[in-house]
Amino acid sequence: MNPIIEVKEVYKSFKNVQAVNGISLSVFEGQFTALLGPNGAGKTTLVEMIEGIQKPDKGDIFILGKKWKGNEDELHRIIGLSLQETHFIDKLTARETLTLFAAFYDLGRQRVAEVIDIIGLGEKQNAYVVGLSGGQRQRLALGIALLNKPRILLLDEPTTGLDPNARREIWAILFYLKEHAQTSLILTTHYMEEAAQLCDNVIIIDKGRILKQGTLDQLLNEDHEEKIIEFTLEKTNQSVETLQHTIPLPIKWDPRFEKGILSVSRLETEIPAFFSYLKERHIRLKNLECRRKTLDDVFTSLTGRRLNE
Amino acid sequence: MNNSILPRQLLHLISALFRDIFRQPAVLFWGIVFPILMSLGLGIAFTQKTEVFHQVAVISDALPPGVSSHIDSFLQSHGTTIQPTEDSAHRYRISLTEDHLGKTTFTFLKTDSRQAMVLLKRGRVSVLIDEHDGTIRYHFDPLNIDAQLAYRKLSKLLGREQPVCPQENRDSIDPLTVTGTRYIDFLIPGLMSMGIMMSCMWGISYGLIEKRSRKLLRRMVATPMKKSYFLMALMIVRLAMNFIESGLLFLFAYFVFDITIQGNIPALILFFIAGNIAFGGIAVFVSSRTANTEIGNGLVNVVVMPMMVLSGVFFSYHNFPEWSIPFIQKLPLTMLADGIRSIFIEGAGFSETALPTFILLAVGILFFTTGLKIFKWH
Repeated sequence: MNPIIEVKEVYKSFKNVQAVNGISLSVFEGQFTALLGPNGAGKTTLVEMIEGIQKPDKGDIFILGKKWKGNEDELHRIIGLSLQETHFIDKLTARETLTLFAAFYDLGRQRVAEVIDIIGLGEKQNAYVVGLSGGQRQRLALGIALLNKPRILLLDEPTTGLDPNARREIWAILFYLKEHAQTSLILTTHYMEEAAQLCDNVIIIDKGRILKQGTLDQLLNEDHEEKIIEFTLEKTNQSVETLQHTIPLPIKWDPRFEKGILSVSRLETEIPAFFSYLKERHIRLKNLECRRKTLDDVFTSLTGRRLNE
Repeated sequence: MNNSILPRQLLHLISALFRDIFRQPAVLFWGIVFPILMSLGLGIAFTQKTEVFHQVAVISDALPPGVSSHIDSFLQSHGTTIQPTEDSAHRYRISLTEDHLGKTTFTFLKTDSRQAMVLLKRGRVSVLIDEHDGTIRYHFDPLNIDAQLAYRKLSKLLGREQPVCPQENRDSIDPLTVTGTRYIDFLIPGLMSMGIMMSCMWGISYGLIEKRSRKLLRRMVATPMKKSYFLMALMIVRLAMNFIESGLLFLFAYFVFDITIQGNIPALILFFIAGNIAFGGIAVFVSSRTANTEIGNGLVNVVVMPMMVLSGVFFSYHNFPEWSIPFIQKLPLTMLADGIRSIFIEGAGFSETALPTFILLAVGILFFTTGLKIFKWH
């Protein structure tokens, strides 16, 4: 199967900053892909090059096998996008804004009504853009991106700055699309839950490079250690050294939060072993928490930093 | 590209931009009400007769002791004694009212020669008078227009030689009240031209820069929208707004100041459109690159301020040095203001306005196409 989007060895720099540093990736028809990384990782620059807004310094980008140059009109018709931050015309209503953009695609009122229904802005369709909440504006931006029933949807941090409810509303629209439309999605985010919940394919980016990519399961289970034990100790200063040097388990110590982190594959056997090691060395726990491994843990293991730092 | 949808894009853009303007009361106030208020203020200021005041120092120590002063006796017989001040113990006031020139009031301050010089230096008086061998002597700076005017009126009042009695004004004055010769006739076309320039420069230039900084342009061009249609829609909306603004200003001036258009109206409309295209094109060019509204503010001011000062909107540019006049006459705002004035008050038609119309159109098209070529959408 040919990829719908193909990025080949792309570089882009701004003054002294190398924003994208030799990235290659492929997205296939119907696939939802997340570009996951912290702020400044190069996600927006990469997605804007795919959108045709910016030109790569080096490398090629193909959308349905075509480059942007000379194919702008054709590609604009099959792509829907939402920029990281767009202010629409303040004194147009949500419906008027959609109608204006619909006219650019030669679409009429019926499609505008359908989109209003999809994005759930029926009650607010006659409110001025300036009077919409952050979440409603973001839904409007998503609605504009959906007007032309795009084969490719490119969303740049669609839920950044939104409260949990507003975020879930956006996710619900994207779940609906996944189920009902033949759309391929590239979504940039620094929320691991968003990537985990919505996307089939996750690409972890940092400092303009791809660190790792794969399905959620592939990323989380690569080393077969899919559980995390996090714990704190009653007497931290005395115990940490003993803990790290005498217990035969790969414990990582996070000095900022005075917290130990242990990746394990089988909780039922490794927790009792951990407890008996502690008991033998007279180390007492203050707190212990077992949880599933997350993309944030994967990112931390790759970079030593957390996603939201 | 499907060409049949292009006019629809343009239509929707025009409709959206119009709505955005008409839903902002402040925009309507500054675009429509403010020019009317300005014409009202300036019209009244320059059409009503005002009272003119002149202060004159009368040097009382110039005559030898015991010699009676003709000025004194004149002031005592014709003037009204008014409250003394610390500058002068004896003050008189004489008012003259002339049919067409309004009221002139002289305040005479009797003082010694040293104090008189102090008052002159402080600008409290513009003319000093004294009496020598029965003749009145006037002392003033001949380069000071106000002093010159005071002297002229004073010499008529007191007589050039022996002051005897107020001179009767036997000169006849025929005031110019014929439509087209008044200041307001000069002002209204100037205000209309300025309105077109300001509206285009701020409405289009600043609006574009703001839309760029808010990433709206970036979002719009990520669709099949034709870029030139967006800029054309801005210019068309501005042209329509300017028609409304200038039309209301004219109606106001027609009813309040009795202003009429003496020349050819279709020529005026064509010229008006050419002026809008010229400034619309300049506005697109000026806003073609920056996304910073502070820089945009500066760029717009660089264009509008020199023309506001030089192009004769409020007063004739012929007061500027002779060498600068040919340059000033080539400024777009001067061309526009001169052209609209010529149609309004000189009765000009197509033949007189053809060349400036063509030049303004060419300026607009040149700047628009250059601006579009270098325009930064992202």
